[in-house]
Amino acid sequence: MKSLRRINAMVLRYTYLVRRSWPRILELIYWPAVQLVLWGFITEFFLTNSTWLAQASGVLLAAVILWDVLFRGQLGVSLAFFEEMYSRNLGHLFASPLRAVELVGALLLISLVRTLIGVGGAALLAIPLFDFSIFGLGLPLLAFFFNLLVMGWAIGLLVAGLVLRYGLGAESLAWVAIFAIAPVSGIYYPIAVLPDWLQTVAWALPSSHVFEGMRAVMFEQVFRVDLMLQAAALNLLFLLVGTGVFLMAFTSARQRGLLLHIGE
Amino acid sequence: MSDPVIELRGVTKRYDDVLAVDNVSFSVERGSVCALLGGNGAGKTTLLSMLLGLLLPTAGQIVLLGTDMLRHRYRVLERVNLSSPYVDLPQRLTVRENLTVYARLYGVRAVGKRIETLAEQFDIAGFLGRTYGTLSAGQRTRVALAKSLLNHPEVLLLDEPTASLDPDTADIIRGYLNDYRQASGATLLMASHNMLEVERLCDDVIMLRQGRVVDRDSPAKLLQKYGRDTLEEVFIDVARGTEQVGNRGLAS
Repeated sequence: MKSLRRINAMVLRYTYLVRRSWPRILELIYWPAVQLVLWGFITEFFLTNSTWLAQASGVLLAAVILWDVLFRGQLGVSLAFFEEMYSRNLGHLFASPLRAVELVGALLLISLVRTLIGVGGAALLAIPLFDFSIFGLGLPLLAFFFNLLVMGWAIGLLVAGLVLRYGLGAESLAWVAIFAIAPVSGIYYPIAVLPDWLQTVAWALPSSHVFEGMRAVMFEQVFRVDLMLQAAALNLLFLLVGTGVFLMAFTSARQRGLLLHIGE
Repeated sequence: MSDPVIELRGVTKRYDDVLAVDNVSFSVERGSVCALLGGNGAGKTTLLSMLLGLLLPTAGQIVLLGTDMLRHRYRVLERVNLSSPYVDLPQRLTVRENLTVYARLYGVRAVGKRIETLAEQFDIAGFLGRTYGTLSAGQRTRVALAKSLLNHPEVLLLDEPTASLDPDTADIIRGYLNDYRQASGATLLMASHNMLEVERLCDDVIMLRQGRVVDRDSPAKLLQKYGRDTLEEVFIDVARGTEQVGNRGLAS
């Protein structure tokens, strides 16, 4: 109960931050919307030039929206944690009864909220602009959403842990780390397109299973439970690794005296 | 009968080749105000950080309110608090929002009322609605002190508690801290470079040099022991290692 109270206090802290600044709310929606518009027009062009795309016209738009779930989920964790580092607040936080795992819980919750605002806005925008509703995917959408969100959380915690360990000089990892896996996640093309050795790498990522699963629903109207279960199992592993790295970095920061001194 | 609420036994902190704290042992009695005095790099902030578990010692044992801080620090952190110029509060939150978040983290009841009371005591009511980042250094110090008293701490750790305050405000704050100690029976451990503050507030002074305790006594007895008129002169003697009494009277 006390633990929930402290998680709630930290969620309140991040809510204050977002609520106070309209540019922050706008920013949450801005990039997903820009991506959506870009890929919307690309789709319109290719619909008359690609027989593959003509079979499932919304596949690129679904892909860009779901990719943003992963990206926003990761940023939601990393950037919220960076706020504590920018404001040199870690010393006060961890002198309080707040536990590191409770901070992790709060970061995940606020990431969920930020992702729903950002990606939800873009998904709603797609309906009037391109006559595409991702909600047409039905219940499988929930499986896609949560698998990608959890993967984003895992990478976000990994990045937060590395920045806690190596300092804010490494903060650009928050923006670039996720793009290292984009080419092998099969966002806009099937995994079969990749060279054999790279396909092995791709199938080690939860995101590849989700995007393959998305195409199965859109092209074949089949929900591949096997792919979702594999993604969920990999996500469990990813989340354990991400949380483990973050907690190890926290212990290292306590050993090296960084909690009092880290900041801008 | 002795009732130590802070106990350090053989505490050492080493960073690679640097020995920041060297086998320090001392205890602080319930209800007392104890100062850690020493020059820059003497180990004061390092000791305060280790007491809260923000920093892990290389060796030794730390017991706070009867609890082993290396194993069970979460059991007592609700009863302890810290004010330090080395940490800040979120710049883009208002003072009230910051205090609300911390009050909830510490499990304070009747949060709004507690904030109003502290705002009046620390004269911060006028800027509760302002963002923390827009405050002057002195205003931030008062907010940090208000934050440190949100949970009625039984043990209050203060690192340079009146840094950045003008003499009048600093005097008021010292008076408040003294009143708080007397009313609550709380134990205060403070690191300070302000000798007047130490003379006025503290019953007990621990002198540190290069990570070691070199002397400990009441301010009056230290003056007598070193044959000096002010604590500042004693501080300079100890910091420069020119004291005549060596480790005579060293308490642990």
